Amino acid sequence: MLAVNFLLLAAVLFCIGVFGVIARRNAVMVLMSIELILNAVNLNLVAFALMNNNQEGQVFALYVIAIAAAEVGVGLAMVLMIYRNRKSIALDELSEMKG
Amino acid sequence: MENAWLIALIPAVAFVLIIAFGKKMPFKGAEFGLASIGASLVIATGAGIQWMQRTDSADHGGEAAQGMASGVRGALRAAEGAEAKPFIDPVVSQWVWWQNSGLEFGIGSHIDGLSILLLWLVAFISFLVQIFSLDYVRGDRRYTHFFAALTLFSSGMLVMVMASNMVQLILGWEIMGLCSFMLIGHWWEDSYNSHSALKAFFTVRVGDVGLLIGTAILFFGSNQWAVDNLGTNGFDIRAIQAWALSGDGSSWTLLMASVALFIAAIGKSGQFPFHTWLPDAMAGPTPVSSLLHSSTMVVAGVFLVARIYPVFWEGFNIANGGLSFIAIIGGITIIIAALLAFVQDDIKKVLAYSTVSQLGYMMLGLGTGAWLPAVFHVFTHAFFKCCLFLAAGSISHSGSHHSFDMKKDMGGLRKFMPITFGAWCVSTLALTGVIPFAGFWSKDEIIDNVGDAGYTFLFWVGLFGAALTAMYMTRATYLTFFGDPRGAAAGIHHDADHGYATEHRETLVTAATIDRELVTVGAAPKSLGAAAAHGDDHGDDHDDHDDHDDHDGHGDHDGHGDHGPHESGKLILIPIVILAVLALTSGFANPTPLAGDALGLNLGEGVELIKEYVEPRAEAVSLDIAAGHAGESVQLLEPGFVPNEAAGFVPNEAAGFVPAAGDKKAGCGRSTPEVGTVCYFPAVSHAVPTLSKILLSLGVVAIGYAAAIGFCIAFYKNKHPKLVGLTERSRIARGGYLFLKNKYYLDALYQNVFVYFVSRPLAKATYWFNQNVLDAAVDGVGAGGKRAGEFVYKNIDQKLVDGAVNASGTIASETGHGLQPIQSGRVNHYASLLFGAAAVGAIVLVILNVS
Repeated sequence: MLAVNFLLLAAVLFCIGVFGVIARRNAVMVLMSIELILNAVNLNLVAFALMNNNQEGQVFALYVIAIAAAEVGVGLAMVLMIYRNRKSIALDELSEMKG
Repeated sequence: MENAWLIALIPAVAFVLIIAFGKKMPFKGAEFGLASIGASLVIATGAGIQWMQRTDSADHGGEAAQGMASGVRGALRAAEGAEAKPFIDPVVSQWVWWQNSGLEFGIGSHIDGLSILLLWLVAFISFLVQIFSLDYVRGDRRYTHFFAALTLFSSGMLVMVMASNMVQLILGWEIMGLCSFMLIGHWWEDSYNSHSALKAFFTVRVGDVGLLIGTAILFFGSNQWAVDNLGTNGFDIRAIQAWALSGDGSSWTLLMASVALFIAAIGKSGQFPFHTWLPDAMAGPTPVSSLLHSSTMVVAGVFLVARIYPVFWEGFNIANGGLSFIAIIGGITIIIAALLAFVQDDIKKVLAYSTVSQLGYMMLGLGTGAWLPAVFHVFTHAFFKCCLFLAAGSISHSGSHHSFDMKKDMGGLRKFMPITFGAWCVSTLALTGVIPFAGFWSKDEIIDNVGDAGYTFLFWVGLFGAALTAMYMTRATYLTFFGDPRGAAAGIHHDADHGYATEHRETLVTAATIDRELVTVGAAPKSLGAAAAHGDDHGDDHDDHDDHDDHDGHGDHDGHGDHGPHESGKLILIPIVILAVLALTSGFANPTPLAGDALGLNLGEGVELIKEYVEPRAEAVSLDIAAGHAGESVQLLEPGFVPNEAAGFVPNEAAGFVPAAGDKKAGCGRSTPEVGTVCYFPAVSHAVPTLSKILLSLGVVAIGYAAAIGFCIAFYKNKHPKLVGLTERSRIARGGYLFLKNKYYLDALYQNVFVYFVSRPLAKATYWFNQNVLDAAVDGVGAGGKRAGEFVYKNIDQKLVDGAVNASGTIASETGHGLQPIQSGRVNHYASLLFGAAAVGAIVLVILNVS
């Protein structure tokens, strides 16, 4: 049970998430990628908690899961509204905020 | 007595109340005025009784109870025997008003006999005058303001009378000046009235300059002495008194101070040559004239001289019989004012000149060392002159329909106004100095003392003035009350000649007014001679003027439609009667005892109340007592100050000092007081009246009366051919008449010479100076300022300040433009930036941690 295994898995998950956030045009896919990033972080937290025999990391992971659920709720609601207005959820078409 | 400051404070508070709430009150503010003056009167009376008790107990060994006793004082008294009466310390209570670099002065009360006398007098007269005013000015447009000013006026006088230092005295003095301006110009719509008010104000102001200068001289002269010896400063009145008599002040300083202060007294008390404002001050309502002329305004000058009498005593060298400035001015004033009174047709102006003349007597008395008779004359004169003025007011109010012209509108009024007539006669007899009446005791005492002090010429001037007084008062009485009624007194009514402000009363046209006009014009009796013709002359004017001349007061007590002469209402008569009674009796407050002997009426020594209680005793007070007492009564003593060490004086030795009382050549004011003692009042001498002197003065008055009565009957009643038209026939008579009628051309002198000089060349010179020097300087400063401003604007403001502001704006703007591309609006780009930044941060962290 090497620490490096956990860390590698988490890093891979994180990189996949980052790639998804940056490269995907579909908003739902971006939200799912964010979930990947968060879960990579959770994996790290749990792994270090286990190795250092410390409960706080586990608790913090639970917090992150709860907040991720809320975030996905808000995010999906926004995606739904965007779809209703534009009949599309392609993010590269959403550039009204350009400065 | 310690609370005597309330006497002045209450009316001052009442003034504020009247101004603030007066109009809403049921009596429009008059109740505040009356109540406050009444309260002051009560307190003043109480204080007077306390003062008398204090004096009595000091005289009879009860000093310990008074808190001013000391072993030294007792020893002094014992050494002198029972004859010498101790100096009674004034009761001083004051608060620090102003304090700066070791100099401080207070505001408070300084109660001694003189203050008490005048406080009571002012409160009493003001009270009666306010009662009188209730009816007299009823319905006036500025009724509330009238009472406010009247109350503040009394307050100003009270403040001045109780002043414990010169600054407070000036304060009261100026309050009075302001209020006299307001009251004289009460009916300011008429330009004559406002002109008179201005004249009074400015004439008095000329004198006020003297007051300021004199106070300054006294302060710089006496301050060091006062600090060294009394622990007070040079504003303190007691310090000034003591310093003047100490012999430490240079006579030149004292002379300059007394000349300057006497100029102030001349202005305020209407002495020659500044008397011209007083008759014009008659433009005010009658109660104002009465108050002004009896107990307040004009007496202020006399009071000033009496208050710091030691300064004048030393400055003019009265002790050694120097012919003083005061006495000369007083003498001149007596005669010229009395002569002027002969040619006045206005009853109030006769009285005004009479006041001026009587003030001349007071000044004459003060100038020759007759302090007590002069102050006593202030006291009695207040009653009978106030009574005369109120009687004149009553006549015009009810008898002559607001006219004061004796020749046109009066005559025969004794039948219509018996009570007013009686009071007038009593007061006239008092004024002229007939024996049982008040004026005799005071005026003859002055004349007597003047003669006794060796001023023979002034003695005869005084007697001549007394005869003139009898004559002009006879003329006024005859014209007013005897003979046939004329003009308004006969029911004829003409408006154009209402000299005074009646035209400006609230207008109220009633049916009765119009009816009366018709009746009057139709029924004007031709038999009344010139006056009737006069009435007809003005008949045409009635349509234009009849809305001017009614006033509400008549509604309350007329009950007769014809508006002919009638007796006044109760509110007017009661003050007059009270004053008449006092005019009869107030002289007995100080009948000179030997006069009693001479007349076979020995009243004993105790009857000299004024001498006993009012005149300060000319006894030296040893310094430790003075200072000790001073410390006890908040005398601004610096802590740790030991008064006697500075003078090198050992207190206990004072017990051995016995002033030579009774010796004319020694004592206070005659010789320098012993080391370690101070005097507060000079030893004035008192004349001993004798029967022959009394008979002489009475004889002179009787001659005056006889001549005047004879002349009046011959001239006004019988129209003696030799007398009527004398001014047309005789050049000398005409010249004299015109000279008097024009008031010695003094007004013309002031107007044409002084004012002209001031207004023309002086004004031109000033204008030139103003234009060419001052304006040039101002312009130069302005131009320089402008140039400097332009430079600053162009270089500093525009370039530096604005540059900095603009630069910061530009930087922000350019930075924004530069960063604009980052803000693509695409979430993916933001995310990549975020992660890029996070990655860079992570790499930096790794590098830092590894190394």
